[in-house]
Parts: sequence; C-alpha cells; structure tokens
Amino acid sequence: MSDNLIFGAEVFLNGLMAGVLYALVALGFVLIYKASGIFNYAQGVMALFAAATLVGIMKGQVPFSHLINAIFGTEVHYFGWHLPAILGILFTAAVMVALAWLVQKFVFRHLVGQEPIILFMATIGLAYFLEGVSDLMWGSEIKKLDVGLPQGASFWLEENTQWMGFGNENFYGFFIDKLDMFATVIAAILVLSLVIFSQYSKQGRAMRAVADDHQAALSVGINLNFIWVMVWSLAGFVALVAGIMWGTKSGVQFSLSLIALKALPVLMLGGFTSIPGAIVGGLIIGVGEKLFEFAIGPMVGGATENWFAYVLALIFLVFRPQGLFGEKIIERV
Amino acid sequence: MKKKLATMAVAAVMAAGPVMADLVFPSLSYRTGPYAAGGIPFADGYADYFTLLNERDGGIGGVMTKVPECETGYNTEKGVECYEATKGEGALVYQPLSTGITYQLIPKVTADNIPLHTMGYGRTSAANGKVFSHIFNYPANYWNGASVAINHLLDTNGGDINGKKVALVYHNSAYGKEPIRTLEELAKKHGYELSLLPVDHPGQEQKSQWLQIRRDRPDYVIMYGWGVMNQVAIQEAANIRFPMENFIGIWWSGAEHDVTPAGDAANGYKSVTFHNVGSDFPIFDDIQKHVVDKGLAAGAGDQIGTVLYNRGMYAAMLAAEAAKTAQEIHGTADITPAMMRDGMEALEITEAKMTALGMPNFGPSFKVSCENHGGPGLGGITQWNAADKKWSLISDFGPSDMDVILPLITADSESFAAENNIEQRCN
Repeated sequence: MSDNLIFGAEVFLNGLMAGVLYALVALGFVLIYKASGIFNYAQGVMALFAAATLVGIMKGQVPFSHLINAIFGTEVHYFGWHLPAILGILFTAAVMVALAWLVQKFVFRHLVGQEPIILFMATIGLAYFLEGVSDLMWGSEIKKLDVGLPQGASFWLEENTQWMGFGNENFYGFFIDKLDMFATVIAAILVLSLVIFSQYSKQGRAMRAVADDHQAALSVGINLNFIWVMVWSLAGFVALVAGIMWGTKSGVQFSLSLIALKALPVLMLGGFTSIPGAIVGGLIIGVGEKLFEFAIGPMVGGATENWFAYVLALIFLVFRPQGLFGEKIIERV
Repeated sequence: MKKKLATMAVAAVMAAGPVMADLVFPSLSYRTGPYAAGGIPFADGYADYFTLLNERDGGIGGVMTKVPECETGYNTEKGVECYEATKGEGALVYQPLSTGITYQLIPKVTADNIPLHTMGYGRTSAANGKVFSHIFNYPANYWNGASVAINHLLDTNGGDINGKKVALVYHNSAYGKEPIRTLEELAKKHGYELSLLPVDHPGQEQKSQWLQIRRDRPDYVIMYGWGVMNQVAIQEAANIRFPMENFIGIWWSGAEHDVTPAGDAANGYKSVTFHNVGSDFPIFDDIQKHVVDKGLAAGAGDQIGTVLYNRGMYAAMLAAEAAKTAQEIHGTADITPAMMRDGMEALEITEAKMTALGMPNFGPSFKVSCENHGGPGLGGITQWNAADKKWSLISDFGPSDMDVILPLITADSESFAAENNIEQRCN
C-alpha cells in the first residue's frame, strides 16, 4: 500500500480522536446556549478552573494558601491528605455546582431579559474573574494531573495493524494515543447521557422548554432559577471532563483556557444548539484540519490547523448559516 | 541650645548634600497569562538578587536598588505600555523577556538612550554593537543556541552527522523562526538533512507534527518552544517513543515545568543552556540568609534554584556588574541610563569575579565590546533526570560556530542599518 494512503488513514483516525477532544469543549458551550441563549465565553476558563480544583483537592492543597500566608505570615500549604481520583472528581463536581449557583445568583439572575450582547459581555467578565480566582486559589504553576488515565501509543494496536501496510516497510502499525481512545469512549457516554437526559427526564424536558420560551416555561410552573443552575452545573461537569482530558496531556496550566478557541469552529459548523452537532462538528474539524495539514501543509510551510479549522467552518456556513444541526432561523416579515 | 544648633547644622548639611536616588532596574514581568509558569521564576530570581544586594551590601556602590515590576502578560502592547510607564523613573536597563516586546522597544530605547538587555532572546543580530548601540544580548543568542545543539550532535557522533536527519519543531512566531537560517547554513556545512515543523500558538495540539516525526523518523529533534508547547511536545515525543536523549530543546524549552507533566517519560531530555543549574552555589546561602529568612523573597518564594529562577538571578547579576562597571568608569555611584550603557559595553565577567560573587562556574567568562554586544556565544547542555527531578549540566560551556553565525549577524544587522539609515559606530 502506498505511503500516502496508509499514512493518510492514520492521520484520519487521529483527526477523529482530536475531533472528539474538541467536541468535549464545544459541548459545554452548546448546553448553556441551548438553555439560556448565552454564549459562554468563560467555558474554556471553567475547564481550567475545574482541572486546577481537581489537582488541588487530590493533593490536599489549601486553597488561597499564598494569599493566606502573605496576609497572616503563616506557612500553610497542604492539609496533608492525598485523595483518590474518583473522590477528587466528585468533590470537584460539587465545587462546579457551587460555582454554577454563585454565577446564577450573583450574575445572571440580575441580567434576565437583557440583550444577548450584555449576557455575552458578562461571561467575558466571568472568564477574567475565574482566571484570577483560579490562580489565587491554586497557584499559577503547571500542575501534573494524574487520575490514572492510560496514555501513550497503544502497542497492541501498532503490532496488530502492521499487516495493513501490505509489505510497506515505512509503515509500522497505526499510532493512536490511548488517552484519545479513552476520551472517545467518555465523550460517547457523555453525549448519550445528555441526549437521554434532555429527551426523557423531567428536568431535561423542563430545560428544553426553558430553551424554547422561558416566559412560557415560567407560566407553567417551571423553576427557571433551578433550571439555569442545573444547566451551568452540567456545563461545569463537561468542563471538568474536558479539563481532565486536556490537562492529562499538557499539565494543568493557563493554556487550558485557550482550548475554547478550538471549540469555536466546531460550534460554527455543528450549530450552537445541537449536542450531536457538537460531536459531528468536532469530528469534521478534527479530520479536516489534520488531513489538510498532512496533504497541503508541507507545501505552504505547515502550521495550517488553526486557520484551516475556521476556513472549513466558514465554508459550511455559506451553505448552512445555522450550522449542520442548528435550528433554522425563520423570520416572517 | 548648642545641641539644637548642632542638630540644625547637621540637618542643613544633609539637605544641601547630593541626594542619591535609587538605581532603578524595572522588571517587565509576566506572572499571569499562558506563559506565567516561565515568567514567575525569572521575575523572582531577578528581584531576589537585587534584594540581596540591598540587604547584604547596601545596594550597588552604596546606592540602594529598586525593581519596579510591571505586568506584561507576555503581551507586546502591554510590554510597550510598561516601558513607557516606567522609563521616567530613571530606568537603567530593560529586560523584557519577550522577543515580541524586544522588537518594539529597539527603536524606542535607542531614541531614549536607555540600554536593553535581551539575554538569550530578542533580535539576534543585535549582537553587532556597530549597528545596535543600545541593545545587548550577551552571553548567547538564539543562533549560538542552535549551533551549540548541532555541536552536541557532532560530539555524540564522533564529529560526523553527514546524512543524519534533524527536525526542528518550533513555535510559529518570530522567536521560533530565529534559528532556521543558522540551522540551514549548518546543514550545508555538516551535511545533515533539516526538516521544519512549525507549531501554532499556544501549542496545545501537536498531533500532526509528531505523527510526521513518527513517519519521517528523524535521528534528532531540536525544539524552540515556549509555554504549553514544551510540555505537549515532550509528552507527544514520549507517546511515539522518540528517544529522549535525541531530543534537545533551546534554553526556553528546558525548565522543570516543561518536563514534569510527562513524568518518568521525560527522563533523558536535553536542553541547551548558557548558565548553570541547581542551587549548589554559595550565593543561595546568602539569598536564604538575607532574603528568604527576612521574609523578603519575591513571589511565593518557592522558585529558588529552579532553572528560570537561576536565569533571572543571572540576568540581575549581569545588570548589577554592569552598573558597578559604569560607576567605576564615570566615577559616580549615581549613574544614568547612558552611563549604564557604557558599563554594559565595558562589562567583563571572569571566573574569579563569579566565584567572588558566590557563583563559581555559573556561566561562561566573557567580555563585551563596542563591536560585540553578544558575548562569546558559549553554551552547554543540560539533561533531565526524572527520578531525581533534577537538571544537570552534562557538558562544559563550549563555543558555537561563529564562522557561520558571524556572517549572518553582519548581513542581518547591516541590512537593518541600511533600512533605518544608521551610521555604524566603533570605527
């Protein structure tokens, strides 16, 4: 088999895996936008905050220790425990629920009925606030995140796919990162759970009702405040999952907040209101940017992925302005 | 009454005497943003060294030092704002720790007659003092770093790397592109095959680049990265089982936080350096006694002895020694930025001087001159030991290939001089 074909297939597979990771970030945006019409600029920072909180809780780090020590002249840094990952994740999820409640109570409750641009601006403020709080709580150094996820090449896959080269000496089996495979499984479970939740649970149906018309939902007795806290909590949990996956790859650090940039073309392509759209959009962007870099990148000096993702999304927008799965905007004059 | 008169007389004399202003060394730091993990230890080391001089020696030449910090967030616009905001305080020298900010400040500092020190970064051809009167990049620059990496490959291959494949993974920015020309020239000379793999900011996703490395199987990978790009690259190299001892980063890709996220898999990774690593130097005892124990350590005080803390401390030491030289040249302790520039141009760092400062073999010996603002371009190699969580210097500070680098410096700087109508000096 020719080099281009076999390596192209490998790039395709890795693009799918990368796309799943992009989709994980995009999901958080979709959840909040779908339920409240807010484009949550702070979603990337929420992933950073969640991952930093997870590391801090697992290591038994005293939150705000630098601040406490600077003010009171103390030397407290750690509680002295080391929690297993599962407990750490549960406690962090609880922190994200608390954050959702605080955000709703102190920010968005006061902005009900405001223009979308005002709500968007509020999320920009929230992003900068959370960035600072995250640094103050847990420090800005790069933290190693180890929740026991497998990482590195799958040797089994490499060995058992060598025959696919059909004698091609340059090919020595497909490379797929075990972490990416794990992320794919997690993302599939997450999406399935979210779809089942929104379609078949009472709260899920209430969430969809609020998304359709929050005043009508209010008139039939749906507690808007509860639904919005629930949606922000779900987005916080999705941010935690994304933070774990990306943080395991690169360590938990400020740059985690920039993964939101990877989610934007996914949202443009998949639609801002569709959970399956986030997944399909992620896969198309992941595969598209990787294949373009593989085929065209060397001819134009490489580093094409960042801009090509947006170009790809824009091309789709020409034909479907609402995105692949977004709700069609019908305005009657 | 006599006592009262005497007191008034002393007060009058003191008031009439010259007022010694502080020697101001602004720190354009970044403790926030995507590159904070690198900015914090450097800023801490820079500040702690001047605190040490104040507490132990009463400043430099009897004049206290001051290090006003301005947060740039590694953002070029903010860096320029910081420069404008602090230059009026009598700033003696700027060290922005950013190539982007450096490029913006080059014309400004030249016009304002304030020296700029860009140690191991910035515009490489600024080493030509004939063109760049106020810019200094001693003791080494990006091109020296690239050559030191290639020299290390030559050393480990018995002096012959003809036919070897070398890949450069670089931050797709002005900084990351700096070594390309040098590596291309060195490829012509030594016969290795060079491939270029740019990584866009911030570098969180590098799957394509490392799949290509896995396909092409280069013998060596050289990296010019910064921030998250370093951690991801080292992790991806481990994922494809690229041998870490064949993976060499420039000095901005060789700190503790670059390797620790990858854990044991980063063991053996190498980095080029122009200063020593670790805290096994007498100066750290002084920092503990005069700075840390008095509660005066910068930041959280938890970076002491790390690679980038040492670099910040080394940068401060070079600035302080240049200030001393300026005081000697001009016969006054209260120096101006212009005098500081003269001090930097006449700076001589010897092993005896570094030993006296409690920093034996901490960096190379070198002498700056009117023509040469870049120093000798010496560099060494450090290697990461994951078990001990320590970097070790595994070579001496060796020379870079100035036969290749000097013509490149001359060509680039002369082109800059022609574009900007700069009359060459030092004749």
